[in-house]
Amino acid sequence: MLSYTLKRLAFAVPTLLVVITISFFLMRAAPGGPFDGERQLPPEIEANLKAAYHLDEPLPMQYLRYMGNLAQGDFGPSFKYKDFSVTELIMQGFPVSLEIGGLAIGLALLIGLPLGVIAALKRNSTIDYLVMSLALGGIAVPNFVIAPIMALVFGVLLGWLPAGGWNGGALPNLVLPVIALSIQQIAYIARMMRASMIETMGSHFIRTARAKGLSEVQVVLRHALRPSLLPVVSYLGPAIAAIVTGSVVIEQIFGIPGIGRYFVQGALNRDYTLVMGTVVFYGALIVLMNLLVDLLYSALDPQIRYDD
Amino acid sequence: MSALLELAHLSVTFDLPTGPVTAVKDVSLEVKAGETVALVGESGSGKSVTSTAIMRLLPELACIEGEIRFDGKTLTKLKDRDIRALRGNDIGMVFQEPMTSLNPMHRIERQIREVLEKHTKLRGDKARARVLELLTQVGIPEPERRMNSYPHELSGGQRQRVVIAMAIACEPKLLIADEPTTALDVTVQAQILELLGELQARYGLAILFITHDLNLVRHVADRVCVMQHGDLVEQGPTREVFASPSHDYTRMLLAAEPDGVKAPVADAAPVVLDARDVHVRFTTKRHLFRPDETFEAVRGIDLRVRRGQTVGIVGESGSGKSTLGRALLRLLPSTGQIEFDEMALQPLDQKALRPLRKRFQVVFQDPFGSLSPRMTVGEIISEGLKVHFPELSRREREARVIEALNEVKLDPAMRARYPHEFSGGQRQRIAIARALVLKPEFLLLDEPTSALDRSVQVTVVNLLRELQKKHGLTYVFISHDLSVVRAMSDTVLVMKDGAVVEQGPSEAIFTAPRVDYTKKLIEASFIDRVA
Repeated sequence: MLSYTLKRLAFAVPTLLVVITISFFLMRAAPGGPFDGERQLPPEIEANLKAAYHLDEPLPMQYLRYMGNLAQGDFGPSFKYKDFSVTELIMQGFPVSLEIGGLAIGLALLIGLPLGVIAALKRNSTIDYLVMSLALGGIAVPNFVIAPIMALVFGVLLGWLPAGGWNGGALPNLVLPVIALSIQQIAYIARMMRASMIETMGSHFIRTARAKGLSEVQVVLRHALRPSLLPVVSYLGPAIAAIVTGSVVIEQIFGIPGIGRYFVQGALNRDYTLVMGTVVFYGALIVLMNLLVDLLYSALDPQIRYDD
Repeated sequence: MSALLELAHLSVTFDLPTGPVTAVKDVSLEVKAGETVALVGESGSGKSVTSTAIMRLLPELACIEGEIRFDGKTLTKLKDRDIRALRGNDIGMVFQEPMTSLNPMHRIERQIREVLEKHTKLRGDKARARVLELLTQVGIPEPERRMNSYPHELSGGQRQRVVIAMAIACEPKLLIADEPTTALDVTVQAQILELLGELQARYGLAILFITHDLNLVRHVADRVCVMQHGDLVEQGPTREVFASPSHDYTRMLLAAEPDGVKAPVADAAPVVLDARDVHVRFTTKRHLFRPDETFEAVRGIDLRVRRGQTVGIVGESGSGKSTLGRALLRLLPSTGQIEFDEMALQPLDQKALRPLRKRFQVVFQDPFGSLSPRMTVGEIISEGLKVHFPELSRREREARVIEALNEVKLDPAMRARYPHEFSGGQRQRIAIARALVLKPEFLLLDEPTSALDRSVQVTVVNLLRELQKKHGLTYVFISHDLSVVRAMSDTVLVMKDGAVVEQGPSEAIFTAPRVDYTKKLIEASFIDRVA
């Protein structure tokens, strides 16, 4: 198991190298640069700036320089958020996004899994149709529609909760963004859990469990739940990586200082180092989450073992 | 003695969206303590629905009428709680699918303990000791170690033993065994039957044995109940039913054992297929720095088939018989020499083989999986014609398809239909028609009858024999079913672990086997009828 984990981590290095290389050159292929603005800079100042950031060097040279710095853990300075390094920006924003995203995933599991199980067990009943229609709604309505409505209703009209702002992560400020972020996940998880639960309940070993005289609750809890979780677990890997790296929409609407906005802002500003930083960070997180999923898989399913 | 289990006018109706379907109609039967009653019938006869109804394990859309009485209780009227107290306790059940009947995520010990903890007061070390005792009783080797295994680490026969251990854990009065040996090799089947017999003697178990295999019934059952289309058409003591069946269907089932022997072929007939020292090796790629693992599935086999002959290849699963068959037709890479009609096949590449392929065709086991579900029967049959006889016009192709369907006794008007509209036996005829339409000289028949009911099997066997006689076809017939092989073959090869253990004229092999393994196989498949 340990050697398997180490091997997977070693394989992550070439994967990330490819991702970094492609993003680096794609970013540079986009027209414009970090110092283009509405007001044209005097040519000598722009030349100085470019020289300061080594942007006057040939592209392969810049690539090698970037990789060299990266190898030492240096993401470089941000071009737009002067005074900050990319590492600082990520380290400031990530805990915020992680908190919101982690809570949202937790909430989604807490609500989505039981809903899926109940819908599956009461298949084709009113409850099932109700849950599935709600889930469909949750998937169909984008969160840039739900979030402002929630802010309007609960924040402005009813005044129960703050409509926005971070306030150092105070609980009332968390509620709306977490719920808004989790709605779609609840819907996905409930649908997936329902489908896989229905499949499991039809399998032969469930019949065996019933033939032993177990009650329906025991059959579900002891025999059906664990195998049904597998598809949800494999969905969760990439989903968690995507959610804890922040949602641009939610962060903008609720005014939350996470890192989600950097993905978009960085790209629009041609803030090369910031874009690269977020890409590397996100890529590493995806690789890590997928590894965790695979390890969790083998813990859940004894038929999957990683020997060498 | 009064009956332990009594079904009185039992009917089961499924309330399907397409309308109600009655699977079991007014069935009355009884099982006395300590006796074995066989419930026999072909697929769709309602025998499994009957047994599942006893345990009340049918889906909710099933509507049960009539009464099921067990040990003084009326099961059909019991509360859910009370029926659960019986399941696994007074009534044990063994299922057909040993590979999937156990929870793949729980260790063996936990799965057996679960029954004990549900119905007895055994806990902790005592429960563990009982599990060990049960595993020993059902003959699991190294029970101590196997307790900690997961189902996927056990063979099919071992898993079935675990299911049996689970079923008898609480010393039930009745054991319902639903095709408990169908998915197993014959030698394993024999062991499982022996085990059930021992357990019966020991605990005074009553067994309701559900099966489609009449041969088996003769050896295990005290009484037989025959079901057809949901009706119980005949019941009585096994000996009587076998000696003088009163219902046409029972007579048909009994007659459905393939019999007769194949007319011999002249020794001077030309050799169609000549294979020498055929080896098939499978290599598993492993690590960059570790040697690849090689597994030899076929180890140096010689085989010679003359025109009009049938060579039967028998063996249990994993013996390499299908692999050999595929290698002979160059569907798998192999070493050694293979000559077809005095042409060496091995040096030819797939492209060079293609024009030859119309001369040797193959029919596979699975009539459900081997026909493309999105093509009509006409398209499936004519596809080969397009490849091998491109010069044929559309109308000529059509005529050949009709001719082929007539040959396999299917109505040519059905050629516009899709495979799912046909029964298993009909699909196998379609597969044979698909092969025949190319007018081959040689057919590889890989378990062509194994997925079919006995009565259907016989018609397919008869059809194959007729076609052979009519067209002078040459067959290699692969099967684990010895009675079919006996009825079909001139010579027989017995395979085990990739090698031939015995080979000779069919009758000699069946009447006077020389090798222990062959003897065991023949004994286990209950062939006791002299042709």
